[in-house]
Amino acid sequence: MRELFEIFWSFLKIGAFTFGGGYAMIPLIQHEVITNRRWLAEKDFLDLLTLAQAAPGPIALNTAVFVGYKQRGYVGSLAAVAGVVVPSFTILLLVAMFFADIRNNQWVDAAFRGMRPAVVALIIAPIVGLTRGMHAAFVALAMAVAVVVWYFGISPVWFLVAGAAAGVALAAYRGKGVKR
Amino acid sequence: MIATLLQLLLSYLKIGFFGFGGGYAMLSLIHSEVVVNNGWLTNGEFSDIIAISQMTPGPIALNSATYIGYEVAGVAGAVVATVAVCIPALTIMMLITRFFLKLHNNRYVASVVWCMRPVVVGMIASAALLLIFPHTDDGRSFIDGWSWAIFLLTLAASARKVNPILLIVLSGVAGIVIYGL
Repeated sequence: MRELFEIFWSFLKIGAFTFGGGYAMIPLIQHEVITNRRWLAEKDFLDLLTLAQAAPGPIALNTAVFVGYKQRGYVGSLAAVAGVVVPSFTILLLVAMFFADIRNNQWVDAAFRGMRPAVVALIIAPIVGLTRGMHAAFVALAMAVAVVVWYFGISPVWFLVAGAAAGVALAAYRGKGVKR
Repeated sequence: MIATLLQLLLSYLKIGFFGFGGGYAMLSLIHSEVVVNNGWLTNGEFSDIIAISQMTPGPIALNSATYIGYEVAGVAGAVVATVAVCIPALTIMMLITRFFLKLHNNRYVASVVWCMRPVVVGMIASAALLLIFPHTDDGRSFIDGWSWAIFLLTLAASARKVNPILLIVLSGVAGIVIYGL
């Protein structure tokens, strides 16, 4: 029981102090899970990150499931996920309740007019890092997906399914080659 | 009410299940469900929620689920959307962890991840395109030259690793000075 609470508490801290999400929170997770609690070895952490990125869903949540499961099985996973979710849920619920009353305030509206283009810039920023080292054909494919999703309003789900299918087909094809 | 909650549940299960590539890649999926398919929010409201999610701690997908759930169906909606977005990650990641060592060097997994990368990048770019050039006029992100100036400055500062929360706060202050005074 004590260990379950420790898992919950560690991930509560991770959930409460990581702004920006995704890659910004990796150092904090590393510190808590490896240095503080010694739940994982440094070399396992890289494997964990690869898996957390390969699986769907927020990286923080996937990490929580992995570490929780490794320590205490299903119950451990649930405790870790609850830890990540509780701070974000509480804070956002309070903001949502409060924000409705002030959204039409002249100053708040002006502030959001300034923030909207900044939000777009922050979304675009990681694309540069992600496409670095990527094959030109893949970059072109990425841009084609972007334009089709944006212009025709087609759900990106179809492209993910197609990408996954292509990956399976490619692995099967290559596997055959190796056997020969 | 029950119908709305059910629709929220389905939408966020879908977002959680297909949310590859983390926060920003999930935005175009969230946009497609929340703005295009169900019409729960306008483009402008969607953009506001991303700004709020970036300023508050926690993963952006979780934050937006709680907020959008509340906007659509109150506290019950917030609970339903938040739980729904967690369920796929919880189940899939648990299975992966269980078979961790077997899957570890699996060529299928490696190949699928490799082929999905351009799609994930495309999804991030489409979220940006949707906000810059929306299909409807309600709540545009770019309203004048100042918008573009803020956009370019934020992009340049972000490339120099300036803290994103600071950039959001500064652009809010700029907005008050430009549009409020």
